[in-house]
Amino acid sequence: MEAYLDNSATTRPTDGVIDAMARCMRDGFYNPSSLYAPALNAEKAMRACREELAGALSVPAKGILFTSGGTEANNLAIIGSVSAMHGPQHLIVSAVEHPSVLEAFHYLEGLGHRLTVLRVDGAGQPDWTQLDEALSDPPALVSCMQVNNETGALPDIPRLVKAVREKAPKALIHVDGVQGFLRVPFDARQVDLYTMSSHKIHGPKGVGALYVRNGVRLIPRQLGGGQEGALRSGTENTPGIAGFREAAVEMKAIPGLYDMLMEKKRLLWREMRSAVPDALLNGPALEDGAPHIVNISFPDVRGEVMLHALEGAGVYCSTGSACSSKKRHVSPVLLAMGLSPDRAEWALRFSLSPHTTDDEIRYAARQAGVLHATLRRFKRR
Amino acid sequence: MRQVLLVRYGEVHLKGQNRPYFLRRLTENVKNAVAPLGAEAWLSDSRIYVAGMADMDEAVRRVTRVFGLHSVSPAWELDKDYKEISAKCVELAKDLKGTFKVNARRSDKRFPMNSQELNAELGGDILESNPGLRVDVHKPDHYISVEIRDRAYVYTGEIMAAGGLPLGTGGRAMLLLSGGIDSPVAGYQMMRRGVSVNAVHFFSFPYTSERAKEKVLELARIVGEYGAGMKVYVVPFTDIQLQIHEKCPDEMGTLIMRRYMMRIANIIARKDNAKALVTGESLGQVASQTIEALGCTDAVAELPVLRPLISFDKQEIIDIAERIGTYETSSLPYEDCCTVFTPRHPMTKPRVDVVARAEEALDTDALVRAAVEGTEEILM
Repeated sequence: MEAYLDNSATTRPTDGVIDAMARCMRDGFYNPSSLYAPALNAEKAMRACREELAGALSVPAKGILFTSGGTEANNLAIIGSVSAMHGPQHLIVSAVEHPSVLEAFHYLEGLGHRLTVLRVDGAGQPDWTQLDEALSDPPALVSCMQVNNETGALPDIPRLVKAVREKAPKALIHVDGVQGFLRVPFDARQVDLYTMSSHKIHGPKGVGALYVRNGVRLIPRQLGGGQEGALRSGTENTPGIAGFREAAVEMKAIPGLYDMLMEKKRLLWREMRSAVPDALLNGPALEDGAPHIVNISFPDVRGEVMLHALEGAGVYCSTGSACSSKKRHVSPVLLAMGLSPDRAEWALRFSLSPHTTDDEIRYAARQAGVLHATLRRFKRR
Repeated sequence: MRQVLLVRYGEVHLKGQNRPYFLRRLTENVKNAVAPLGAEAWLSDSRIYVAGMADMDEAVRRVTRVFGLHSVSPAWELDKDYKEISAKCVELAKDLKGTFKVNARRSDKRFPMNSQELNAELGGDILESNPGLRVDVHKPDHYISVEIRDRAYVYTGEIMAAGGLPLGTGGRAMLLLSGGIDSPVAGYQMMRRGVSVNAVHFFSFPYTSERAKEKVLELARIVGEYGAGMKVYVVPFTDIQLQIHEKCPDEMGTLIMRRYMMRIANIIARKDNAKALVTGESLGQVASQTIEALGCTDAVAELPVLRPLISFDKQEIIDIAERIGTYETSSLPYEDCCTVFTPRHPMTKPRVDVVARAEEALDTDALVRAAVEGTEEILM
């Protein structure tokens, strides 16, 4: 048996998504910028996707901009917006962001902007006192993720928005929604920039989107033929966009998605806990986190070893985010959330999708129990 | 007029009655190296000649990797006609600056001018055509070389080759290959001395991953390119490591593990018809590489254990790894011999009888047999 519990790394495209993409390549391959009628259909298909994404966020469709994925959308949102401002700015970012956000901020810091990195507590909430103090030097941009990719922590975005709007009304607010979009409801009207990715919701890789509130100025990072309102030149990835749309439609059509994921998450933790009685839940309390991400430390066994052992049994999960799995150090996100280095080293992330079955979850927990019992006997002395 | 590659061989010169055997092997190896370019190679007059390739740079790259060669020179092959030779020398000297010397060699004594005369006449022609040049017979910036053999050859400069002895003349050996920096270099060094090398790798899933194994196979592929490929025997090693960890004193863990590796490598080497084991050990680099520790591991290896890096500093090993193209792959971060089993305070001066006694807690024969039986062969 196999259990794919790494849906925050990527998801398997559904048959519907694959069909939509194949159809687009076979019949709708035209360049949306061309002048004849079939090309217009390609453009219409893109508009349909924009409407689908915008609808999920309660924002106007013309604010949706397609990119090559979450990383490009984050880069464009952060570097693009700050580049449009004059002079050195104050910027605020939370300490546990994805590298595509943090690296963009560090790049700007290198150009002479002032950067405040917000500490977080053990549940992944920003340090509100530090935020308050930081806001006294009015920031130009504040960025905080909707769902933490490693722990499923849900920073209180409405509270952050309220604090920022009160003390720094001119500040732009960016939310990286890659891990939350269409799994945790979000009203993007409260923010200025919001990042989405297709392959986390059973769509294809290589396509993402950025919501840009009307009136927010961006300097493009990619120049050329002026597509996407000149903000993102390059012939549009129409098959990817068709797949993204289909994936969004299918996700929205799943009844009671949030509760269903939460139920699966409860089952996973319950089963893991009974298989490994001293397993530790990292990050927010079970009911306070996102419904599809659980981070668990299995005492005395390095996460990487446990991961490969589980891999041998057909159970796939991750240590930290997949992007950092190839580096050997302990997750900086878990350390920032106050975990001891040992506990952070023992951590594994399991992430669910609506297509994850209860059998997969039970199987994974059973395997984890057996393997952990063996592996911990060989703890380093 | 065509371009050929003049190839000089190295240490093979020193061979006595065996020289024809070494030269046959060497010529064969050069032939194989350039065959994919559609080129041919032949031995004549204490030189190997390579001709018929479209891409000279690629031919140079391939030939300079063949072990047993001293240097190569891309040369123009001409009729033995003074005018033609002179014209080519003048052409090659056209863009040179500084000082030069003509280095003529006449093997064909029927040619009307001797070496001295050729040097003088050709030097004069060159000076006339390129007044910016001066002659310096002691330390010239440039050599223009002329060889009169069954044809005439003109070239400037020589490119050093890999040295060593022809691959295949040194017998067969089994390399203990890890994903680190040292062992691929050790394999290369032995191949350079003419030894055909296959490898054995110890795999400790789940403590090391599929990626770590892929990395080792990639290293074998890179080193294998210097010969005729490399076979890797992948030995399942986790059980042995766990048993050692559970039943033997911590401070001897690594040492006992090395002894098991030797035992297994020894059996696989015999099956592979290899006559020696090769390791990347360098004296004193880590606790298991002290003289005492090496003595303990040698005690269970029946075949001779060759350690080509024994006197090398780490930096010297890294320099070779960079040159032969293994360093980047070796530096990938996948875990190799898992740290979970590294003792905190390994023994540095072990005694073989003490270690052997500690091993009695294990069923050595059964463990070794199971590991050998589970071994997978992969040809890179």
